[in-house]
Amino acid sequence: MKLFSFRGGVHPPYSKELSKDRPVQGAGIPDLLVVPLVQHIGAPCEAVVSSGDSVKEGQLLGKPRGFVSAPVHSPVSGTVKKIEKVLHPLGQLVPAVSVQPDGKEEKGYLAPLGDKIEQLDEKQIVDRVMEAGIVGLGGATFPAHVKFSPPKEKPIDTFIINGCECEPYLSADHRLMLERSRDIITGAKMIGKVLRVSRIIVAVEENKPDALEAMKRAAGSENIVCMVTETKYPQGAEKVLIKALLGREVPSGGLPMDVGVVVSNVGTALAVCEAVREGKPLIDRIVTLTGNGVSTPGNFLVKIGTPLSFLVEKAGGLTGTTGKIIMGGPMMGLAQATLDVPVIKGTSGVLILQEEPSMHEGYLPCIKCSFCVQSCPVSLLPSKLSVIAEAKNWKLAEAYGANDCIECGCCAYVCPSKRPIVQFIKTAKLKLREIKAREKK
Amino acid sequence: METTTLILSTSPHIKGRETVPKIMLSVVITLVPAIAYSIYQFGLYTLALYVVSVATCLAAEYLVVRLRKRPFTLTDYSALLTGILLVMVLPPRFPIYGVILGAVVAIVIGKQIFGGLGYNIFNPALIGRAFLAATYPVYISSYIAPKLGANAVSAATPLASMKFDGVVTPLKPLFFGMTGGSIGETSAFLLIVGSLYLIAKKYVKWRIPASIFLTVFVLGEIFHLINPDQYPSGFFHLCAGGLMIGGLYMATDMVTSPLTKRGCVIFGAGIGVLVIIIRIFGGLPEGVMYAILFMNALVPLINRATKPRIFGTGSKNEQ
Repeated sequence: MKLFSFRGGVHPPYSKELSKDRPVQGAGIPDLLVVPLVQHIGAPCEAVVSSGDSVKEGQLLGKPRGFVSAPVHSPVSGTVKKIEKVLHPLGQLVPAVSVQPDGKEEKGYLAPLGDKIEQLDEKQIVDRVMEAGIVGLGGATFPAHVKFSPPKEKPIDTFIINGCECEPYLSADHRLMLERSRDIITGAKMIGKVLRVSRIIVAVEENKPDALEAMKRAAGSENIVCMVTETKYPQGAEKVLIKALLGREVPSGGLPMDVGVVVSNVGTALAVCEAVREGKPLIDRIVTLTGNGVSTPGNFLVKIGTPLSFLVEKAGGLTGTTGKIIMGGPMMGLAQATLDVPVIKGTSGVLILQEEPSMHEGYLPCIKCSFCVQSCPVSLLPSKLSVIAEAKNWKLAEAYGANDCIECGCCAYVCPSKRPIVQFIKTAKLKLREIKAREKK
Repeated sequence: METTTLILSTSPHIKGRETVPKIMLSVVITLVPAIAYSIYQFGLYTLALYVVSVATCLAAEYLVVRLRKRPFTLTDYSALLTGILLVMVLPPRFPIYGVILGAVVAIVIGKQIFGGLGYNIFNPALIGRAFLAATYPVYISSYIAPKLGANAVSAATPLASMKFDGVVTPLKPLFFGMTGGSIGETSAFLLIVGSLYLIAKKYVKWRIPASIFLTVFVLGEIFHLINPDQYPSGFFHLCAGGLMIGGLYMATDMVTSPLTKRGCVIFGAGIGVLVIIIRIFGGLPEGVMYAILFMNALVPLINRATKPRIFGTGSKNEQ
């Protein structure tokens, strides 16, 4: 069988055996859910409830401001306690609605549209995706309806369902493909209809043969093909995946739609299916809670807004000396300062690692070993960029392609000097954005 | 539970196993067979040279780093490696005070003046040797006969015999190191064995030695075909002199070699051409050191000229 792959990349220890064989279980409902009004890339929502209001499960809490935005809904039926700024997993303080569950589980979903794809029209589906607050569930949280509304001059011919899950430790997508393959395919067909594509590709890494089988069975013989990719990080990165499967390169600064492709995570396809068929807004998601710092790793169906502390308790609590709590996977995830942050739409996993001496180590100068150059999937010279950024030479960083960095972290992973290379490049990108904004004024 | 301090460093949160000390120490370990053989071949005096050179390099590194108020660096083993390599490219009876001077120059001028490990442009050990070659021209060209193969060859190195007397050393003693020469350079065999491990671990950019050896071999053969009486064969060029230690252990120094694959090929080819030019047309019998130092200086230019095409840019995208 031909394995699709790409240039560069790394093979970190995958550590998926901790959680991959554990079926998804409900995480239960905490005493208080905190639903941030910003859970996507784009404009924040505006609260449409006030404290004291009683809300149903699925009822609108915040309405979007602008096109690139997504509404948020109440994950449970209950009472709105307060609207205040809370710590967001991305590190800022953002307004959030806290809801105290009443245990009644009253549902206030949108109207079900059924799953007869022939009878649905494209506009209906896109509107539903928008109303249900669906964002990219792979972690980027870009509002899905925007992605599904490409401009006319950018025809889309291929829709890719991304089931690579190349981040080590995470197994949420793996479990979803095993347990919900039919619904994922239904969702994929709905998206395919919206995009008017001629083919749908399901991409799965080689290390998940059971998920691949399940997806193949569910796909049937229609114009949905399953493609197997090499197990290599960052295989699931959008641009890398498109190049591996189709040989097309998304132009620098461009989007997949520039090469006629839209990529969505398997979780997003499932959310679309549920939103269209049952009218269910995006109020829960699968989260892998794993790592050597947690007693019983597993995959959980978690209500959006559930505090991490509640989830950790569900998994038997912490074990050992906790070193890091990471929202997301180990390669791109964000270290958290506290367990008092809520699960949001983009939380694919929570990784808890015990403290290790290496977590405290500093870094050495670049010895120009070129390991990072060989591992960079977008052919940058990361070592050079890190030195340029360390010297705060932002303009030169731009010339060396800082803005083309996909921030996968392969460079920092392989670096024998343990330099935080990707961090240097991210800083350069941020500074370049600031400079650009200043120049516009 | 909340009282524990969580670590808030940036992603990636897992790191690969390679470290700078591990790489440097691996290079040192793969040199051990060649070092042991050199002590056997040229006597215990060379052991004293190794000890003095390493001790001087470590002391010089320590002192300069203290003066520069930088963190302690001896544990990265790079100074150790420089000390060993410096002795390996010196003649077996080089005076001890000369080695001390060379080691100080290697560390201070060759490395620390540029900012320490990672910032130097030239290979430190070769800077040390170049200094000694200019300072002690007699000592640097005085060789002795080795223990093994002593009756077969004169005290002169194979390259010198070739150049000045027209005597060609047979390939077998040349390959296994039963000839005169610098302390650690004589056994091509042991150097190749050691470096194969480094290549397998990717600690050595294999394109560099491959490109050097291919260039030297092809050019050597061309001259040999033109005039077999005057010019030795390509194989002779490969096994003689400092080409093996230079190509496998000096030119491949990570810090002073190019970052890109194409760059490594250009770098190696440049060294190969220079080696042949110096050996055949130059006044010196050997030119590996100057060839490498010259190409070291071009590395920044080579890096710039061979910048890879960034994903989503350039020709492929304009199709």
